[in-house]
Amino acid sequence: MLFSEPRQAEGSWVSSPSRLAITLPYYYETRFSMFRILKQSLRTGVVTEAAPSHNDAELERLGIEVRRHIDARFGGSLAIRQVDAGSCNGCELEIHALNNPFYDVERFGIHFVASPRHADVLLVTGPVSRHMETALRRTWRATPSPKFVIAAGSCACDGGEIGVSYASCGTIENVIPVDVKIPGCPPSPVDLLKGLLGALEIDR
Amino acid sequence: MSRFDWLSEYLARLEDDHLIARHGDNRALAPAHRLELDAEDWGPAGRIAAAMGLRHAGVWADPLGPGPMESDTEIEGPAIRVQACLEQGGDYLILQTLVSQARPVLGSHTPAYPGVDRLERHAQDLTGVRFLRHPDERRWTRHQAWSADDYPLRADFPIEGRSAGRTPADVDYPFTRIQGSGVYEIPVGPVHAGIIEPGHFRFQAAGEDVLRLEERLGYVHRGIEKIAVGRDPQGLIRLAGRVSGDSTVAYAWAAAQAMERAAGCAPPPRATSLRALLAERERIANHLGDIGAICNDVGFAFAHVQCARLREQWQRRSAALFGHRLMMDTLVPGGVAYGLSETGFRELRLDHAALHKTIEPLFDVIDDHPSLDDRLIGTGILAQADARALGCTGYVGKASGLDFDVRRDSPYAPYDQVRVEVPEETAGDVAARVRVRMKEVRASLWMLDRLLDALPEGEIAVPFPRPEEGAMGLGLIEGWRGEILCFVRFAEEGRIARYFPRDPSWFTWPALERLIHGNIVPDFPVCNKSVNGSYAGVDL
Ligand code: SF4
Repeated sequence: MLFSEPRQAEGSWVSSPSRLAITLPYYYETRFSMFRILKQSLRTGVVTEAAPSHNDAELERLGIEVRRHIDARFGGSLAIRQVDAGSCNGCELEIHALNNPFYDVERFGIHFVASPRHADVLLVTGPVSRHMETALRRTWRATPSPKFVIAAGSCACDGGEIGVSYASCGTIENVIPVDVKIPGCPPSPVDLLKGLLGALEIDR
Repeated sequence: MSRFDWLSEYLARLEDDHLIARHGDNRALAPAHRLELDAEDWGPAGRIAAAMGLRHAGVWADPLGPGPMESDTEIEGPAIRVQACLEQGGDYLILQTLVSQARPVLGSHTPAYPGVDRLERHAQDLTGVRFLRHPDERRWTRHQAWSADDYPLRADFPIEGRSAGRTPADVDYPFTRIQGSGVYEIPVGPVHAGIIEPGHFRFQAAGEDVLRLEERLGYVHRGIEKIAVGRDPQGLIRLAGRVSGDSTVAYAWAAAQAMERAAGCAPPPRATSLRALLAERERIANHLGDIGAICNDVGFAFAHVQCARLREQWQRRSAALFGHRLMMDTLVPGGVAYGLSETGFRELRLDHAALHKTIEPLFDVIDDHPSLDDRLIGTGILAQADARALGCTGYVGKASGLDFDVRRDSPYAPYDQVRVEVPEETAGDVAARVRVRMKEVRASLWMLDRLLDALPEGEIAVPFPRPEEGAMGLGLIEGWRGEILCFVRFAEEGRIARYFPRDPSWFTWPALERLIHGNIVPDFPVCNKSVNGSYAGVDL
């Protein structure tokens, strides 16, 4: 059962909010909220899962293609700037999921940053809409070298359902150089994680 | 009460103004009634509808190409059919008219209905229909990928476009400016700081206060309407499921419904129940994600983490039972692609109970937590009058006192068989939108069990008959954001001639511009998240 009742802290003191009655009335409300929060958190326990395996065969099975080797190490930490270049937003939902407690990418030193100037990696989704073409090029130029581009999602890798048209440039590769491709519509968080971990290890 | 009690009054008022309205074949766009107008009566008909308080549910243009014309008109050469949808009390009315492609001019509905401003500009950019007396002459969906005298949806426009070179940025778009001492401008986007879709926001602010916000979208225009042309029904559903990925089930359903109505195909009862099951799952997943994200935007990480974990578990179940974490490609023309096994059925039951048990204490905390109250109550208020004027549906409308819901007010199978609770709040602030979403999660969870209780036996799909050339269909689905409208017209051999999906965000994006007024710039992210308009859904 996916929704298993997590291990509960037996006889835990937080399960008795009645003790709160003795706190000062002024703080009562806040405190009560705090206890409810603690209770819920303890009930939930730790849900983070072990890292997925990401050996070469696995990466190959996922079709993750390594085009270029990067010259410098990222020091075990990867700063990612995500760019939606024309996605349907499905890919973004799954990239978001990387931050949920099950995957918790931050524990691998992978974090999402707000500016391309802080980024090692551009994680680009969607086909590149023509209206985003220049913005994507500029974002790429604003990213300091050595930089690394990951195309995430079928649209980004091969054009997906959208392809090339008056409105779409098609794949990311048609606009900027791509190092790693993570296909899938959208790629699952596990696929994304494998791709990212694979990218981290490329130069090791 | 008799259905459609306002139609006769509308007709009478049209007549008072000497407008001639002919009744169209009413099966053609069921459940909507159809009125054919002369082009010169288009603008006045909109004005009269607004005076009666009808809701405008969108306008779209359909270049008919050089093919055979169905009606006897004096128009020479290719024509463009323009259609608009009006609604009140769950009854829908389609207005339609024809203009010649050589001189496609109509009166604008925007002066009476500010919500259709961008829909009219979209139609103008893509088909060349000009709306006279439109208060805003600027382009909307068009940036620099095609020129002002090219119209991508016309038959003579090549799908690959006319220029193969690089597309420059749309730097000359004339934003509205406010001047005054201490007034400054903050341009944001199209590439945003978070993991979100691209769009541009232009703030005019004084100190911390937002004086004005202007949105500029269209960055993820992928030519959906053009690349839909020529697809077969299955291909259209696949594309529809990728118009706005977070609403993949609702879009696929709206397209399926429109095509099935055009083809006279009734999906079996088990299929419609399973579609509803998928759609309610989609609603719950998105609301959970957004409730968490709203809390996160005001620094309340606990709720974010909890909601994210629940959403993840929910998506995993979707993957296990329906083959996809977002339930993409679960619908087919005539039914659904996945059945539900006995084990799946039992697993869903357990999931529902477990989620119910988990959200109760969680939602209690969110509902009344002092630090959340501080930030969410009174923030980003959308007045009911604004919500009504713009035609907002979904949680944005419901939080501002408009409790319209297609599932209840114009029920389609299986919602005609199950009670639909429509939450309503009146405060119109971020907190109200959060409360509406929490209530919708509870209501959908309840409904999921009722759907399972009454899950019919039998087939999950029927063969999809080939629709006649010229057959049209209208899909109306309550997606998690609100009412999704979908128009489909068939060409010969069961191919798509026109596909137009209208996202509820067309009306809630302008609502965001209004509700941010007088709020502080740092509250924009939480206001934006509470509305969560789809960029992809309106950029098309
Ligand atoms: S790959 Fe799929 S989910 Fe991702 S942007 Fe393309 S259509 Fe959407």
